[in-house]
This record gives sequence, C-alpha cells and structure tokens, in this order.
Amino acid sequence: MGHDHSHDHTAPPSDPALRVKALESLLVEKGLVDPAAIDEIIETYETKVGPRNGAKVVARAWTDPDFKSLLLSDANKAIHSMGYTGRQGEHMKVVENTATQHNLVVCTLCSCYPWTVLGLPPVWYKSAPYRARAVSDPKGVLAEFGTTLPKGMKISVWDSTSEMRFLVLPQRPANTDGWTTEELEKLITRNSMIGVEHALTPEKLRAIEASKTP
Amino acid sequence: MNGAHDLGGMHGLGPINPEPELEEPVFHAEWEKRALGLTLTAGWLGQWNIDISRFARERQHPITYLSNSYYENWLAGLETLLIERGVISPEELAQGKAIDPAPAELIEKCAPASAVQDILLAGGPCDLATDDPQSFQIGDKIRVIQFNPTGHTRAPRYIRGHKGTITDYYGSFIFPDENAQGNKIGQHLYNVSFDGNQLWGEGNDTTIHVDLWQSYMDPA
Repeated sequence: MGHDHSHDHTAPPSDPALRVKALESLLVEKGLVDPAAIDEIIETYETKVGPRNGAKVVARAWTDPDFKSLLLSDANKAIHSMGYTGRQGEHMKVVENTATQHNLVVCTLCSCYPWTVLGLPPVWYKSAPYRARAVSDPKGVLAEFGTTLPKGMKISVWDSTSEMRFLVLPQRPANTDGWTTEELEKLITRNSMIGVEHALTPEKLRAIEASKTP
Repeated sequence: MNGAHDLGGMHGLGPINPEPELEEPVFHAEWEKRALGLTLTAGWLGQWNIDISRFARERQHPITYLSNSYYENWLAGLETLLIERGVISPEELAQGKAIDPAPAELIEKCAPASAVQDILLAGGPCDLATDDPQSFQIGDKIRVIQFNPTGHTRAPRYIRGHKGTITDYYGSFIFPDENAQGNKIGQHLYNVSFDGNQLWGEGNDTTIHVDLWQSYMDPA
C-alpha cells in the first residue's frame, strides 16, 4: 500500500482488512448484501468504467466542432449521448483549456469526481495535500506534477462542492493534424482531464510506447 | 461543520507525491475493493442519502479523519451509519456475527448482482424543483454569508464572508444542509467565481470557482 499513515498520535485502529471482512460477512449473513453484487461493482470500475471513456469524449471534441460546441454548452446531453451515464456523472460541466486559460478540478470537501468518464479517482486526488492546496496554490500543485504553463496563462480552479462534476477539455497537442480519433485518444491522459497535466505530445507518446516494447 | 474534511487552504500537509498515472492501480489492496462495494450496496438499502453519508465521515475526530486512508474513512462512515440507522447493532459489528434477523422489508432491498449495472447506469440525479424565486443572475455580485453551522454544509470555510460573481446557473438542486438531516428540499444552485487575491492575498492571480446554493449568499 502506497498510502499508509503513521498513527503514533492516536490509538491504532484495528486492521481495516479485518474490519471490512467482518462487516461483509455480517451483512451477507443478515441477507442485506450480495457478495456477487460487490464483485460486479469492482469489475465494473476495474475494467469497464475508466478514463478511456473520457478520452473518447475529448478526442471526439477535438475532431468534431459540433460535438465540441454541444459538449461545452450542454455537457450532459453530449456525454450521455455517448452512453456514459450514471453514478457520479449525472450532472456534468466541461471546462475548456485554451491558449490563455488553464483549468484544474478539485473537491476540497471530499472526493467528488466524474466517475462515468474518469472512473474512480486516484489516491492523490483524494489526498489532503491536493485538496488543501489546489485552491490556494494551484501553480505550486501543477509544479509538483511537472506541469508548467506559459507566462500570462490564466488559471481557474473548479471546486466540486455540489453534485456537478467537472471534466477538463485539454488543449489538442500540436503536430496532430489528420490524426484519427483513435490515435488522438492515446494522447489523452486521465490527469489531463483533471487539469494537472497537459495531454501528451506525439513525442511523449512515442517515448512511452518505445519504453513498453522490449 | 468546521471539520478536518474542509481542507481548502490548509498548510503543513506535505507534498502530494502523486503516483505516475501509468503505474497506479485502481485499488491498492483487496479490502479497498470490498469497502467500496459494501458502501455502495449498503447504500442501496435506502437508509441514508449522499449528504447523510458525507456527514458521517466528516464527524470523525479530526486526528482520525486525517490519519485514515481514504477507504478507511469510508469504512468508518459506513459503520456509523449502519449502527445509527439500526441496520446492525454495535455488538453485531464487534462480533461480525448476526444476533437479530434483519427486517424482511430491508432484506427485500438487497441488490443482486444482476441489478448492479442498471443501478450504476441510472445513478441518482439530484435536481429537484422549487417554488422559490431565483435571486441571482449570471454576472451578479454576491457575498457568501458568514456562518459556522455544526451540521453538514457544502459551503467551504475559505469562501465564507467573501465577495464573488455568479458565473453559471444550474437550476434547482437538493439542498445538502437539509438533506443531511433527511429533508429533501430543492434550492437554486449557482457557480460562483472568486478572485485568488481576495481569498488568499495579494499576488494570487488565479480564479476559484465554487458551486453554491442560493441561501449561502446575499447580494453584494
């Protein structure tokens, strides 16, 4: 586990693995929870609902001006039309990164995140340091992700305090003219749709693919 | 409530240390998967709503909240709700064994695996009409009210008392402060922008957007 915490200032809580196991067997015994339903939920978010959904939305917006315009004016209609509906994506708003405007999404109060298009949030998004500083020091946060912005770029931070879920439409990288949506999708990372990184450049994508092939 | 969950602007929490995107698994331990699944399936029993469940996590002691990993906070909230709503007893939780049978009407609500996809795809829309007039229009200047409610609220501390500008109107949505007490009331919901230098001091040239319900705001 990458996020173990020290408990030296409080009584150590019992092992969460044991607590979860005991609670599940209790609720199953009482007939209130079906363990196969839990398996189904896990499989859904491990294999079906994840940031590849969002990448398809973004790639389409990069190549289809009418869709992009609908996405920015009525994100619900645009995203739901692609079949990405449901839990933690009922109400969507898309914010566009441009040559002069950068957007960053956070939930300072808990961990609100657009599950339908990005899946479950990464650990860092739910972490106290990110939630604390994204609103007060976004430039410092971006620097921790190795993200630099051109001088004069305006930054907007979107704090998800209601049930509205925000998705960043990243800027389309240069030198991608004529790319198909399938090719473009490979450039669209989860982090670029939260706004902590840019979409990959073609050079970066090539480097990543080269490092994967032996 | 002014709990440890209300983190905007807090210092001293250290670096973010994000795991590289290509290396991070969806879950970091088997028990996290079960904690997520249990939280969702137990929620489908219909004994609480999203704001009640958020408030259950927020009510933990700040040291506990900040020491816990994310799914530990979910687990703590779930245990609290199950006991408070009488779904299980503290003795049953301690033993991990049933003492009393669950009521039949609750067992009826247990979602089978075959229902999961439909439930997830349906989600839970939160818009709810109101007869109240809409007080603000896009472009209006507002000031967030100064208040320190001990219950659940979605107005974070860092914007209370500050001036902002209405930038979007979403319609009428369930008001979380009341929803956390079991009262389902619709209220107008807006997006509001705040200048970084207003919230954090001179030299901060960013814009912070926060979604705020109508009763959180007065005209400025």
